[in-house]
Amino acid sequence: MPGTVVDDVEIIDGDRGRGTPPPDGGDGDGDSPGSRRPFPKRAYFTALQLGLAAIVMFFMAMASSYIVRRGLGTDWQRTPIPPVLWFNTAVLLISSVTITVARKKLASGEREAFQSLWWVTTGLGMLFLAGQIIAWRQLAAAGMLLATNPSSSFFYVLTAAHGAHLAGGILFLFYVAFRPWRKSRISQETAAELASIYWHFMDGLWIFLLALLTLGR
Amino acid sequence: MVTHENGGHAHHAPTGFIQKYVFSIDHKVIGIQYLCLALFSAFLGMGLSLLMRLHLGWPAAKFAFFKGGQMTPEQYLALMTMHGTIMVFMVLTTAPQSGYGNYFLPIQIGAADMAFPVLNMLSFWTTFVSLVVMVCAFFVSGGAPIGGWTSYPPLSALGEIVGPGQGAGETLWIVGLAIFCGASLMGALNFITTLIDLRAKGMTLGRMPLTCWTWFVTAILGLLAFGVLLAACILLLLDRVAGTSFFIPGGLVVTDQVVTWHKGGSPLLWQHLFWFFGHPEVYIAILPGMGVASHLLSTFSRKPVFGYRAMVGAICGIGFLGFCVWGHHMFISGMSPYSAFAFSILTMTIGVPSAIKTFNWLGTLWGGKITFNCAMLFALGFVSLFVTGGLSGLFLAQPALDLYLHDGYFVVAHFHLIMGVAAIFGMFAGLYFWFPKMFGRFMNEGIGKVHFWLTFIGVYAVFMPMHFLGLAGNPRRYSEMTAGPFLQALQPLHQFISVAAFITIGVQLIFLFNFFWSLLAGEKTTEENPWHATTLEWSIPTPPPFDNFGGVEPVVYHGAYEFSVPGAADDYIPQHLAPELVRKSDGSTS
Repeated sequence: MPGTVVDDVEIIDGDRGRGTPPPDGGDGDGDSPGSRRPFPKRAYFTALQLGLAAIVMFFMAMASSYIVRRGLGTDWQRTPIPPVLWFNTAVLLISSVTITVARKKLASGEREAFQSLWWVTTGLGMLFLAGQIIAWRQLAAAGMLLATNPSSSFFYVLTAAHGAHLAGGILFLFYVAFRPWRKSRISQETAAELASIYWHFMDGLWIFLLALLTLGR
Repeated sequence: MVTHENGGHAHHAPTGFIQKYVFSIDHKVIGIQYLCLALFSAFLGMGLSLLMRLHLGWPAAKFAFFKGGQMTPEQYLALMTMHGTIMVFMVLTTAPQSGYGNYFLPIQIGAADMAFPVLNMLSFWTTFVSLVVMVCAFFVSGGAPIGGWTSYPPLSALGEIVGPGQGAGETLWIVGLAIFCGASLMGALNFITTLIDLRAKGMTLGRMPLTCWTWFVTAILGLLAFGVLLAACILLLLDRVAGTSFFIPGGLVVTDQVVTWHKGGSPLLWQHLFWFFGHPEVYIAILPGMGVASHLLSTFSRKPVFGYRAMVGAICGIGFLGFCVWGHHMFISGMSPYSAFAFSILTMTIGVPSAIKTFNWLGTLWGGKITFNCAMLFALGFVSLFVTGGLSGLFLAQPALDLYLHDGYFVVAHFHLIMGVAAIFGMFAGLYFWFPKMFGRFMNEGIGKVHFWLTFIGVYAVFMPMHFLGLAGNPRRYSEMTAGPFLQALQPLHQFISVAAFITIGVQLIFLFNFFWSLLAGEKTTEENPWHATTLEWSIPTPPPFDNFGGVEPVVYHGAYEFSVPGAADDYIPQHLAPELVRKSDGSTS
């Protein structure tokens, strides 16, 4: 990089170089090699955001396919929305509230309240998944199966894909609850924060999919 | 890895064989595992192409190893499909990014390991499982799939009635690819996090080696593209096994059978999803090669990279534009001419950052003290192949020309040169360059030069004539086209290509010999930095210890390409060398 080369000529020949801390990079704290800094907590947040970006791309591909497929052919029939989905949606929204409160309890040191609310959140997540299975059974009973028509195909695929990601979130909640965090690179508070971001994201994703499945029928 | 509350990124080297070499969490071992997987896959893929070329050159010849003596069209298509799949996914996606990137990205940015070592191990073994699943397709009833590496529906979605490989083989292919998507997503996430959050003190973005920039942008492409391919694979699998009709239209007649159990689907929907992934995939294959070429041209010309910032801009520009041009793979699908026009303009726009890169490579070489060792020769070969393969891309970017050329050998020549061979030259360049650091020995230069020249001439001899085949109207993806008189005249050219291919493949055995011989008995390196290079991997012992920098975090003071700095005694300034330690040309330090 020619620009840098010129800078360094000055550093070699002049006084500027002595004791000059290196320009910013990483945290930029110090100018001599030393023992390695602690593993940065932010890396977990970076990774989570990247993971969410990949999930967004996956669901955008699905949603685009939904919109394109609906506009093609003459075989698209509107899939009725089982009423239990509204109950499931309420359950998921409540779980987003409980996980937020749980995290605040953990931050303020109220461990018992945290644990109770964490388990309530996990239970609500499982209730949501059970509700989704009930919705599938209701649809199947009404004769709308996976291959019945493209609309029902997408209904099953989108709900299953979201359910699989939410099941991953439930495992995440168990992990936060059970892992011995004293031996970890991050604290339980940080892990709970990461889990709650993922959980809220799953909540938002479900609202988007529900809007697609109801308004976009 | 031992971890502790808010503690350092502490590592203790594993002692057991399994932990050390099989389920290792060391990024260097994982990098070598990826390279070994790619090496195996490359020879497998070349073996398949050898059989294809044998048949294309002499369609009527009988060989004992074909059932019935002669290759059937279906067998040819199965070889073609698996050749493309294995080469694209298991070689071009795996070696430049996951192999070299895994080994050298953490070291070049001054990190002790990848951000998530266990996830890293998991991504390698998931890749391995996907390779096993795909290769299993050869051994199931009906054999390997015959739908090509793009696996277009409806033929890929209808099952065995379409052809022998479209039963279990195609299902395994889709499942294997879906697993590969998962592996690539894990890898991409790890690469990006590592680069963003684990750079050493002083390693600003403007000081990063261009290799790291290309691994970074490639990982972003992978992160955004493989999720889309995964979604497409799931929908295609459901069309096959669950009776859905995402991609299968109604009223199809296949092998005299009317398909009544599907209707209304769109094969073009698959093409959009596939190519939205597929075009970035081209850059996933080639960008790391560009990084290695830039790095080596600078190192062995003893000159800074010409226009470093422009190079970074070009890398990012190519990555961004890669997501805007997927439609140029679909010009012949009957798309609106207005859409085709837009995709055409965007595609030709990629010529701008590509030209910037080429100009800057030449600018880097201009007036340099060039060392023509094997690593440098392969880097120069990369530039040559990139230019040759890239120029034909400008022809294909124009819908009017693409309509004629798309289904012919012109395209085969184009993508093999730009995506296949250029990327492989980047890999060879990287191997000759980094081999001493990885294994403590040099690869043999004499044998290496024979390998380079024969390969360089060989690949041009194989792929240049294919342009003429394409212009003459020879379609691709057919096992033989000797029935029509106008194509019979091209048969000697096919035979020439086949002979050139056999020689070029044979030459790779020279490479294989050099690789293993050098590994065991090559000249030992006597210093940590035999090339007098600047980046951090040359500041640590050879081969690098388990945690790279011995628990110490390096500090970076210089850009990645400070060669021949006026006033400095040496013609290179390592990135980690404190300014007061840089020797001036009068023998003093500041």
